[in-house]
Amino acid sequence: MLVMSQPPTAPTPVTVLVVDDSKLARAVAVRLLRQIRPDWVVREAANADEAVKAVAGGPVDVALLDFNMPGKDGLALAEELRAERPGMPIAVISANIQDEVIARARELEATFLAKPLTGDALAGFLSGATLRLRRSNTP
Amino acid sequence: MSDEATIGLTELQQDAFTELVNIGVSRAAASLRQMIGTQVLLSVPSVEIVSRQAAARLIGEREAAPLVVVHQDFEGAFAGRALLIFPQENGRELVRAVAGEDLSPEEVAALEDEALAETGNIILNGCLATMANMLQRTLTMSLPGIVRGDGPRIFGMDAGEAAPGADALVLFLYIDFSVSERDIRGYLAMLMDLPSLENLRMLVDEFIARALGDLDA
Repeated sequence: MLVMSQPPTAPTPVTVLVVDDSKLARAVAVRLLRQIRPDWVVREAANADEAVKAVAGGPVDVALLDFNMPGKDGLALAEELRAERPGMPIAVISANIQDEVIARARELEATFLAKPLTGDALAGFLSGATLRLRRSNTP
Repeated sequence: MSDEATIGLTELQQDAFTELVNIGVSRAAASLRQMIGTQVLLSVPSVEIVSRQAAARLIGEREAAPLVVVHQDFEGAFAGRALLIFPQENGRELVRAVAGEDLSPEEVAALEDEALAETGNIILNGCLATMANMLQRTLTMSLPGIVRGDGPRIFGMDAGEAAPGADALVLFLYIDFSVSERDIRGYLAMLMDLPSLENLRMLVDEFIARALGDLDA
């Protein structure tokens, strides 16, 4: 297990942003995140505008985006975030498994995760995200 | 969040129910996409408790053209009616999208009811079955029926003033959908009467508890 007191050179914890208009869906994602990555910092946003503000106003390393939201949808938000943060691990979450939705997520280099979100599916994405972050942090 | 004994749902119950519907409709849209080969676009569902009359008005105000509706009744842990509603012209375009581009208008007319019933069955069943599974209950679905007419008629209130239950409150949810590259749009709606809403509220609470990990799934 990890030593509780972190050395001064410890990396800052990873921050993940959960974006969903459903409070329950956010709560589920947050609960799973806490189980899988208890040391990560979780931030929440209820729509795309809040998400953009959250990214501008503080650290966000990983993003979990619901697809079907009022206003801008999760893919449009992913496109916006991708333009600003080319290397950021992004997942788009939806029960809408239409080819176009999945293909668009892939084009944006986002992982598609099916709703209802399961711990296994999220853990897979988070492992990939962790590797990607570690690589981009290695000089 | 108040838990008062009104007919309404608490904010979290409404949130959870909307999310359930969203998942159900999203999966159903994916099945429709398989049938017609082009993307189906969905709005975010809205859920309200209104009178049956007000529900009919809500659709009637948005659609002046005559409508065609595929409806299916469901019963079990909760009961109600699910409806797939299109302007009549759009219904024909949907038949063409499902059954083939090269059909003559006569062939479309001959196939129309059957094709609408089958498409409606796939979408409505898909949506209700997903919701039932997530609530861990069984629902039985009637065979699909087709009605044509305006808002009041499709909500079964064409008997006018004497219509039974026009003032009765129902849980009314609807979602807009459209098909890209085609002139097809419509609504998926669900009407639930209040006694079954009591049951639904209980099931939604269980669903919330499972989702938040308070109960074993």
